[in-house]
Amino acid sequence: MKDRNEIAQALAASGYIADTELATAISMMQLLKRPLLLEGEAGVGKTEVAKALAAVHATELIRLQCYEGLDQSAALYEWNYQRQLLSIQAHRGDDADAVEDRIFSEKYLLERPLLAAIRRDRPPVLLIDEVDRADDEFEAFLLELLSDFQVSIPELGTISAITIPHVVLTSNGTRELSDALRRRCLYHYVDYPDADREARIIMARIEGAGASLSLQIARMVEGIRKEELRKVPGVAETLDWAAALVGIDVRDLHDAPETVHETMMCLLKTHEDKSRVTREVTDRLLGKVA
Amino acid sequence: MSCCGPGANYSEIDEVSRFVSARLAAFLETLRDSGFPVGLAEGRDAASLMGAGYAARPGLLRSAFKHLFSSRRSDWEKFDGLFDAFWLGKRVRSRSIATGSAKAANNPSLKSLPSNSTAPRRGDESALDQIPSADEAPGERDGEGRMEGASRADNLAEVDFRNMADPAQIEQAHLAAARLARIMRTRLTRRDLARRRGYRLDLRRTIHGNISHGGVPIRLVRRRRKETPLRLVVLLDASGSMSMYTGVFLRFIHGVLDQFRQAEAFLFHTRLAYVSDAMKEKDAARALDRLSIMAQGAGGGTKIGESLQTFNRWHAARVIHSRTCVMIVSDGYETGDAALLGREMAALARRCRRIVWLNPMMAWQGYAPEAAGIKAALPHVDLYAPANTLNSLTALEPYLMKL
Repeated sequence: MKDRNEIAQALAASGYIADTELATAISMMQLLKRPLLLEGEAGVGKTEVAKALAAVHATELIRLQCYEGLDQSAALYEWNYQRQLLSIQAHRGDDADAVEDRIFSEKYLLERPLLAAIRRDRPPVLLIDEVDRADDEFEAFLLELLSDFQVSIPELGTISAITIPHVVLTSNGTRELSDALRRRCLYHYVDYPDADREARIIMARIEGAGASLSLQIARMVEGIRKEELRKVPGVAETLDWAAALVGIDVRDLHDAPETVHETMMCLLKTHEDKSRVTREVTDRLLGKVA
Repeated sequence: MSCCGPGANYSEIDEVSRFVSARLAAFLETLRDSGFPVGLAEGRDAASLMGAGYAARPGLLRSAFKHLFSSRRSDWEKFDGLFDAFWLGKRVRSRSIATGSAKAANNPSLKSLPSNSTAPRRGDESALDQIPSADEAPGERDGEGRMEGASRADNLAEVDFRNMADPAQIEQAHLAAARLARIMRTRLTRRDLARRRGYRLDLRRTIHGNISHGGVPIRLVRRRRKETPLRLVVLLDASGSMSMYTGVFLRFIHGVLDQFRQAEAFLFHTRLAYVSDAMKEKDAARALDRLSIMAQGAGGGTKIGESLQTFNRWHAARVIHSRTCVMIVSDGYETGDAALLGREMAALARRCRRIVWLNPMMAWQGYAPEAAGIKAALPHVDLYAPANTLNSLTALEPYLMKL
């Protein structure tokens, strides 16, 4: 078992600054072999956790993006019908059994993310992104897969997992997930990082962002999140903004209040929010940033 | 359900002492009482975590257990307090119990609630009246014939809810409201089916269906579009000024939640409460009992704007999709900030398909939408209708079908 401090360090080395609780969750994931369900507002870095986890384990990241109407043939496997038809036409007159054996073989099987994830030699990280967007039926199916890690394909038989992948699920809360799925998973609520951690994230991600500027940016964003906004800026927006400020060579936010206000478009994504954060508001927020 | 955890696990967790196991079992029990979905597997995993060295420091154990036992944000936020109270002996006044959570329904300590709650409700008969049981209302049992039931409902249909005083009459109104909800459900579903049509080829089924033709695709199978069913979100004003109507509407909402595949309900007075879980109780009388407690938090006026703000901020993303109709049942007497109400209505209108505002006072003679609240809200409302009789509720149905 890797210690949680080691995990936090390994995550940091791959560019993800985790809090200790998340590191605990990841160490438990390995111990208990349970999937990890991450919930939180959009843009707090849920997907990044899976990417960083793949980097830590030096393994492949297999991603399944969920959407309404996602079904088995897009998530699990599909036969390559075009090739099968072609093969039937090309070998016309063959023995029926031989044809059947040929066209229902691995060669004609299209692996989709879920099947791919259990057939790797080295356990990959399986990211099931925005699972709340998929339908209830798919969720039930997922539950079955996550407990047995085997897939049955009528024409081929049952395929058992070679390795158990590290499963990370994310949810934005557009739909309430079933209790069964929630119970199956470890739960972690990803909140917006505090100013110190966000500053460290900026430093880790944006080249040329100094410690004092990063902290200023993080404090500023922290202030903006407390305003009554329709769309609260996430970490990704903060990084955009930091990159923009570093790009136009701002060293200290107090030196260029004009630029700060103008570049705020990186953070504010609706017209309403944009008009709410006026120059006065910017100045007030800047005043609070030491 | 109780005392399940460690008994079965002794063999697996030799290194964990008997004493710790017993404490752990008690902790699991505490969590269950607080509405956490904790089962056998979680108990086993918790024991193995303790065996694996997570018990060395309380902070680490708390964090580990938090991930294991929580399954939603509300659990996540209250877990630390529960853990500290149990393991570290920090005192909390009473166990925090998740009212309104589905799991809590199985909880013996909650089942005893209705009997406690009857006392304060005695005084106020018209509002959230408990449904009289069958022997109290003999008219309900005899005369099962359909026609008779229908004609009785017809007579009732035009009576204003606030003029219904006698319990039997109220009971009938409740039944009619539940039936109405059911009828609306069937019609809406049928329409849903009729609108389906195929739009692209389903290769898997086409080939399977044409095996008998030697694999030559003669008969094509098309995919059907999956329609998102209509979702109804009801926001019910449970303030004092609405008290004469809340009972009937609660029953209506109970019927709707029972019948619609997708429906959510909220109550508001000075704050907003999510009540779908409580309402999904099969037994209507019991559901109303659970709700009456929430509804009675009223008194200090109605803050529609603030309630809507809470709704938009915390619930809208989850409960509203493109085919959602939001139904607000309120008299529109806003005691908060009318401008805020206008803003929040605008935000809500942007999100959902239709907003229906039912106002029971509308049918009163001489009523005009003069209150500042309703004036601010009306520009964003698609349908503003009276809802003081069963007939006026029925009249909404064709409108809902068009969504």
